[in-house]
Amino acid sequence: MSQAVQDPVARKVLNENDRIAAILRSRFQQRGILCLNFISSPGAGKTTLLERTLAALPAGDRVAVLTGDIQTDHDARRLATYGFPVQQITTAGACHLDARMVEKALSAWNLDDLSLILIENVGNLVCPSSYDLGEDAKVVILSVTEGADKPLKYPGIFHRAELMILSKIDLLPYVPFSVEEARRNARKVRPEIEILELSCTTGEGLEGWSSWLAARRARRLKVP
Amino acid sequence: MHELSIAQAILETAEATLRQHPGARLAKVGLRLGELAGVDRESLAFCFEVLVRDSAHAGAQLQIDWQPLTHECLACHREFPVRDWDRRCPGCGAGETRFRSGRELEVAYLELEEP
Repeated sequence: MSQAVQDPVARKVLNENDRIAAILRSRFQQRGILCLNFISSPGAGKTTLLERTLAALPAGDRVAVLTGDIQTDHDARRLATYGFPVQQITTAGACHLDARMVEKALSAWNLDDLSLILIENVGNLVCPSSYDLGEDAKVVILSVTEGADKPLKYPGIFHRAELMILSKIDLLPYVPFSVEEARRNARKVRPEIEILELSCTTGEGLEGWSSWLAARRARRLKVP
Repeated sequence: MHELSIAQAILETAEATLRQHPGARLAKVGLRLGELAGVDRESLAFCFEVLVRDSAHAGAQLQIDWQPLTHECLACHREFPVRDWDRRCPGCGAGETRFRSGRELEVAYLELEEP
């Protein structure tokens, strides 16, 4: 005779990931480190934006970059030329970074030497949104060569992102992309989302991004 | 695309409970899945089926309890599902609401068959 029993467990499926992410978050908080998790489709311009970001920071700034890809260390090599510590995380097939990969990569550095950690996730608008990496904020990048309805098609990530960056705005004259529609759709999913528009090719809007980043870093340092 | 690793994590969660019930067989996993969890329901069901098929859990079912995005009205405290991103309270019409649920990805219950 077999007997059926129901066992209520109410356990988060990504419990283990969330546990490690919480440890990372508290390490960042203790040291006043701002950590940002950049998420976008492949080719939206994450690496290029990070290149422009690093180029604008003063030499000796306490910044480090983790960059995730399924294969190759091309992005790490591109980013390493700016003189800041960079590590490639190669996921060997996984479509997202998880907290354990970030913890392992960070163990190579002394966190006391850092005040800003930029994490470039694997190019994908779906899977990375489920995995907390201990970051202060998720930043989603949407390029104008994609559809303005992306926030409605992939609401999971836009619902979690504090900032949406519309990239490649120098291409607006050549593509049928409505900035207004993209802004409206993003705010439908998350009314309080902040939005910046920029082009890494012409440099338009990069100042606004630098100010956003500087303000976030200053705010981070004040929070105990 | 990450549904296989999610299905694996669900089974690991179930196995942790199974270890406390020696000899028991996993019959069903009840999963709460939010519409903003970023997990495809059909793909997850398929991955779960593939994983259990030739394992010690052959025959185990995955019951997915779909959770819509839900907000709470700050004025009258009614909780309501948000459709088409319209967050206005259907009860009193107030516009001020707050996010309550819709990102769940959790094992709610397990059904075990004990010998």
